[in-house]
Amino acid sequence: MAQQVETVGRSAGQNQPAERTMNRQLFLPATDIYETRDSLVVVAEMPGVAPDAVDITLERRVLTIRGRAGGHQPSGYRQVYGEYVEGDYERVFTLSEDIDRDRIEATHRDGVLHLKLPKAEPAKARKIELKVG
Amino acid sequence: MLGSGFGQFGVDPFAEMRRMQNDMNRLASSYARGAEPRDFPPVNLWLGEHSVVVTAELPGASRDDVTISLQEDVLTLQGERKPASSDGEIVWHRRERASGRFSRTIQLPFRADPDRVQARFSNGTLEIELPRPEADRPRRIEIRAG
Repeated sequence: MAQQVETVGRSAGQNQPAERTMNRQLFLPATDIYETRDSLVVVAEMPGVAPDAVDITLERRVLTIRGRAGGHQPSGYRQVYGEYVEGDYERVFTLSEDIDRDRIEATHRDGVLHLKLPKAEPAKARKIELKVG
Repeated sequence: MLGSGFGQFGVDPFAEMRRMQNDMNRLASSYARGAEPRDFPPVNLWLGEHSVVVTAELPGASRDDVTISLQEDVLTLQGERKPASSDGEIVWHRRERASGRFSRTIQLPFRADPDRVQARFSNGTLEIELPRPEADRPRRIEIRAG
């Protein structure tokens, strides 16, 4: 389940995030991250978020995932009981590998974001010839 | 033991402090881990004039993964959340998404008409609209003039 950001952001040792201008709940999406031989896969749960409301950025090795929920409420109804709150999602990860930016694949279906981040080819070792003096 | 020295007074003045500290620790750890396991899926209930709407957060599920059944005024949601991946050699970095079978029963405020129930999925949120049968609706009763 998604957690509220406030308590966790602090424990990660990051700076206090700037205050948001909109008074909406912000959640940390529950996320699976696994590594295969050639890529890193990130799967994040963002129920209520439409594919066009997802925003992903990769800057150096910092991956940021954001999702805006549609604010869906049945019209003509009033809420009488509640176990979850609609809100936005945001989460930042620092990746341990270099990623090949041109081959990143992202899909968002049924409120779940799938991100495939292919690892960059390791820089080829170059042999340095010694000149004979 | 610190507490044992106070046995002669019959009360342990630190007992209350320890109890409070335990409560605080429990509160703090529940925040850090996102509270104790909740019922899945979490639901919201919305009441209209002649119908009730149940919404549930089911990220990753589509219409084939969930069975909805209704008996009188009890709604049941059943299904399975599939694990993310199991093929090939993978190394887990982080595993927060839960998987497995779930079953949830929801008591509705009134009996619903099973023939007119409508359910739809959108972006991992399930919405079920359950109208009240015509015969069960509250009726206004006229008072006859005497």
